[in-house]
Amino acid sequence: MNETAIEGVLERYGGAGRDSLIPILQEVQESQGFISREAVVKIGMHLGLPPSKIYGVATFYNQFRFEARGKYHVQVCRGTACHVKGSAALFDAIKRELKIEDGQTTRDGLFSLEVVACIGACGLAPVICVNGEFFAKMTSDSVRALIKEYRDREA
Amino acid sequence: MTDQSQIIIEVNGREVEARPGEMLLAALQRAGIQVPTLCRMEGLLPTGACRMCVVEIEGARGLVPSCAFPVTSSLKVKTHSNRAVQARKTIIELLLANHPDDCLYCVRNGSCELQNLAEDLGVRERRYAGERTRQQLDSSSPSLVRDPEKCILCGKCVRVCEEVQGVAAIDFVGRGSKTVIDTAFRQGLNMSTCINCGQCVVVCPTGALHEQSYAKEIMDAIADPKKVVVVQHAPSISVTLGEEFGMKAGSDVAGALVTALRRLGFDRVFDTSFSADLTIMEEASELVHRVKTGGRLPMMTSCSPGWIKFVEQFYPDLVPNLSSCKSPQQMMGALIKSYFAEREGLDPRQIFSVSIMPCTAKKFEANRPEMAPGGVSDVDAVMTTRELVRLIRKHGLDLKDLPSDTADTPFGERTTAGKIFGASGGVMEAALRTAYKLLTGTELELAAIPAVRGLDGRKELELEIGDLKVGVAVVSGLGNAHKLMQEIQNGRSGLHFVEVMSCPGGCIAGGGQPLHHDTEAVRARMQGLYKLDRESNLRTSHSNEAVQRIYREFLGEPLGEKSHALLHTHYHKRSDVI
Repeated sequence: MNETAIEGVLERYGGAGRDSLIPILQEVQESQGFISREAVVKIGMHLGLPPSKIYGVATFYNQFRFEARGKYHVQVCRGTACHVKGSAALFDAIKRELKIEDGQTTRDGLFSLEVVACIGACGLAPVICVNGEFFAKMTSDSVRALIKEYRDREA
Repeated sequence: MTDQSQIIIEVNGREVEARPGEMLLAALQRAGIQVPTLCRMEGLLPTGACRMCVVEIEGARGLVPSCAFPVTSSLKVKTHSNRAVQARKTIIELLLANHPDDCLYCVRNGSCELQNLAEDLGVRERRYAGERTRQQLDSSSPSLVRDPEKCILCGKCVRVCEEVQGVAAIDFVGRGSKTVIDTAFRQGLNMSTCINCGQCVVVCPTGALHEQSYAKEIMDAIADPKKVVVVQHAPSISVTLGEEFGMKAGSDVAGALVTALRRLGFDRVFDTSFSADLTIMEEASELVHRVKTGGRLPMMTSCSPGWIKFVEQFYPDLVPNLSSCKSPQQMMGALIKSYFAEREGLDPRQIFSVSIMPCTAKKFEANRPEMAPGGVSDVDAVMTTRELVRLIRKHGLDLKDLPSDTADTPFGERTTAGKIFGASGGVMEAALRTAYKLLTGTELELAAIPAVRGLDGRKELELEIGDLKVGVAVVSGLGNAHKLMQEIQNGRSGLHFVEVMSCPGGCIAGGGQPLHHDTEAVRARMQGLYKLDRESNLRTSHSNEAVQRIYREFLGEPLGEKSHALLHTHYHKRSDVI
């Protein structure tokens, strides 16, 4: 965990109050990829807020995650068009295959999972995005094949 | 309040007096009009979250939560119109929609606010069947258990933890229907900054929070013929217990309590007020020693285990200010497994030592590694006042019918200096009486030290002892302790001794006491303690003959070698909590 990066963010918010909590969380996540325990404690000391409060605020929003991203970060679109095209079943298939929930990372650190609202590719619905690469018109079968491909690549 | 500042409002067709600007609910309650509440907390600002107190106000668009509605003149209010009552009933029905149907097995069966409201509002069927949310029980703490499935998200535990205690170990986590109350990173209370005070349990309307119970271990030990089971009861227990058996709040039932404990099967009954006297001997000597040798001041009391953890995690630089004295519970425990064991020819491991405390943090304290020298715990199990009430009832006993008995030697004698430990300011008063004697050789000629008594969150006093001007402060409720500690960190001088009790008002309002204690009951318990003190002719710890004897026969002198080994300890900075 790169602690100086957190301190770098906090330095930019010298003298800030609790109203800066969300921008700070966003910047920390930007630089770390997630909000760590250490980050919560440090932000808390900086702003004079208890860790429970920071965690409470951060969990209210979908954008914050609390586990490091996996090598392959899987974003599943749950927007309206994807939903109509069956993204719920697709999401279930991914969760079953990876044995993790939204916001979590597999134990081997290979995959992490994130639900996103709409990624603006409705024509490709249902769509998922892995490390910035889009995969169109996914099905339960094709997503399992895709995951296998990544696993084989790492084996 | 003069008549001019009163206004008249109309409630249910009757005239009711109100004060402009006060919340409608306060005026209703004063007029004896009962409007139910769930999330309301005495002394804190209303949140208007639960909507149980909604009333109909003529001209208002919807129903109005009376707890958060300031009174204005010419209000016309209906508190129990069909619409208002129906709305309340629906709220309860919705809260019940995903509530576990296991009232029969719930620790709060019969004392649950949700259950009572469902009964009062005539809920007779499950009109809304919501999806049951499955949640993990958090039993990680040695003191408290959280059962989030029974939580109705009223937020009272969050507020008492943050606004009253200044700890904020828990908060709302997540959003919408997935919201739960949890610690940071959902790691469980044991890894959190929770100080185990149990004030959250006292305010919880349902069974979502309760104490960790060791009652089974205790009864198993009693049933084991090879075990000698001894019990000690804290100063505040005897002035509280009567309430639960239909007696007036504040009545002293010490005698009947001893009989009840014997009938439950305890082999010996000791009085923690004895070791409170002993604590004073050690603590007053430590104070005098620090003053005379230029030690770290102000010295701070160490009787309240929630407060100790609070200092360890929030004010590590002030840990050296804490008195090294163990609390009365732990001093008694240490003596039971040493002096008493020796006297009776028992192996300390044969003894099962139980204490009855108004406190949930005492369970944590008894579990601290510092409190088990050589792997033998000073105290084996702690029971709260509430658990004792259950146990007494379970065994078919009623305190009202029990004859009086006295506690056992060698730890049964107490002075009322030890007894007043139960109220905020009591330790201070008892310590000043003895410190005065130690410093001047004469007795403090004051019947009482009113400046340190009472339920105020903060009390201060300057007292001349010989040619020394001693500054003392008494705080209760850790939110108040935060303020004082910050002053001390910022260089406040002139203070010699500080008493801190975690719970507002002291042990009489502890987190292990009967639920929903209102201020009046707490005040009556406090008055009960001071009445005992007023009527006593042994009012200083140094006049406790049994304490003097134990120094002669066993300990030597206060702060002596044996005292240090058995009665003192050291506390450490905690950085492992979040």
